[in-house]
Amino acid sequence: MVRLPKWFIPTLYIVFLMLPIYGLLSMSFKTTNEILGGFSFFPQEFTLENYVKIFTDPTWYNGYINSLIYVVINTVISISVALPAAYAFSRYKFLGDKHLFFWLLTNRMAPPAVFALPFFQLYSAINLFDTHIAVALAHCLFNIPLAVWILEGFMSGIPKELDETAYLDGYSFWRFFLRIFVPTIAAGIGVAAFFCFMYSWVELLLAKTLTSVDAKPIAATMTRTASTSGYELGLLAAAGSLTLIPGAFVIYFVRNYIAKGFALGRV
Amino acid sequence: MNKTVNQKAWWLVTPVLVLVAFNAFIPLMTVVNYSLQETFGNNEFFWEGVTWFEQVLKSERFHASFLRQLLFTGMILVIEVPLGICVALTMPRKGPWVSVCLILMALPLLIPWNVVGAMWNIFALPDIGLLGYTLNSMGFDYNFTQQPVSAWMTTVVMDVWHWTSLVVLLCYAGLCSIPDDYYQAARIDGASPWAVFRYIQLPKLKRVLTIAILLRFMDSFMIYTEPFVLTGGGPGNTTTFLSIDLVKIALGQFDLGPAAAMSLIYFLIVLLICWAFYTIMMRNEEQ
Repeated sequence: MVRLPKWFIPTLYIVFLMLPIYGLLSMSFKTTNEILGGFSFFPQEFTLENYVKIFTDPTWYNGYINSLIYVVINTVISISVALPAAYAFSRYKFLGDKHLFFWLLTNRMAPPAVFALPFFQLYSAINLFDTHIAVALAHCLFNIPLAVWILEGFMSGIPKELDETAYLDGYSFWRFFLRIFVPTIAAGIGVAAFFCFMYSWVELLLAKTLTSVDAKPIAATMTRTASTSGYELGLLAAAGSLTLIPGAFVIYFVRNYIAKGFALGRV
Repeated sequence: MNKTVNQKAWWLVTPVLVLVAFNAFIPLMTVVNYSLQETFGNNEFFWEGVTWFEQVLKSERFHASFLRQLLFTGMILVIEVPLGICVALTMPRKGPWVSVCLILMALPLLIPWNVVGAMWNIFALPDIGLLGYTLNSMGFDYNFTQQPVSAWMTTVVMDVWHWTSLVVLLCYAGLCSIPDDYYQAARIDGASPWAVFRYIQLPKLKRVLTIAILLRFMDSFMIYTEPFVLTGGGPGNTTTFLSIDLVKIALGQFDLGPAAAMSLIYFLIVLLICWAFYTIMMRNEEQ
């Protein structure tokens, strides 16, 4: 039996991961005629037409801006409310703590399809329909529990002596929390923010249900193009390729913490 | 860690509680409301009791999509977990290639779900797509918009493509936490690679694997966007999973009563299985 070198499996796996992405990228540089004309591995008539269209048409590029706005709002809200809660769970025992923690996690298990219609009615009733804040708040449903879970894991790894020393030195709770504790778990906050960003960025069903024009996410713009104006595959591929960029950017920044974060800080 | 009892900690939890409760309780009660009543529009409601629940539990349509969902989740777990472990074991531990591997592998996780669907749709188109064209020119009869088997295969492979990296990254994190001494001891004892895996690596992976399986179970059970964009639930109903069916009933046919009853049953099933998992996980941790 021939022994395969150790890099063989990861390489094969990465090639498998890259193939569909390559298909998307190469299609985004083709003209519609070439796409419909048949298969070609490399673009024959290399064109940037699809990208030009996206960057000059406000209905397209506003989609990206809308998505980024609600994703950032959501990440900020999730992290800022999850920080104190995670601290409470990691340091204190209180009435119903375990039940509360599990209840939080159950919201991570709720299928978005179940909540789509009620969410629409709820946010229409409080006049937030089609605003960025509505989507940001709705995504809190699954992002806050996740952020609490991850941060709690990281915080439990920090010895309690740190808190006790600070209190002995006369720090008040909030001054200790903001000046000492938060900087100590900066890596954990980075990882939690990464996950909030990720889940808010990739979610479509709720974002689509809660918006119509002003806050329409890019993902929803794409679906509509695909169905109404014929099948403009090149344009669709270009729009899809552009959605890879924020993700790739974020991964690059957290690459050193990524593996640890995926283990939710609890390994 | 020994925790101090402090009831004031509730104040720290309050913001989270308020926000999540606002998003969870009100919509959930709306769903409960709908599930027990009949409406003919105009905001007029009539008490129906558990009729909808009986109807959903007895309907063949629900059974069929539930079975498809179970089959799908089972298939992707059987493929993704061993594949993920395998890739994690062979990944480099040190050097510049670690970052490259991590970044490339995490990429699919950060692609919006409908783009994943659209990407695979383009990739698998029989005449134009890379995969579809290659398979057809190799002599396979492949058309995912018409053949149920092809549609299923494409959906499963898409999910494997999309989510195996999560298992890989989790296992990788688990493997990195094993001290080098363990391996040295194994080398001195002359342990075979299989023995190293079975008695050193696998026990260490138990915790992360539980998390991985739990996350993959939850997410695949709730899958909606990717198969919806890829196949639209077709051909026929062959790839209509629970969420797709639910949205069809609720927003397509506007049968709010049955849809709400189905939502609750669906949520309860996910909850029940996850609760069982969570309990087992916590019990293992205490040991």
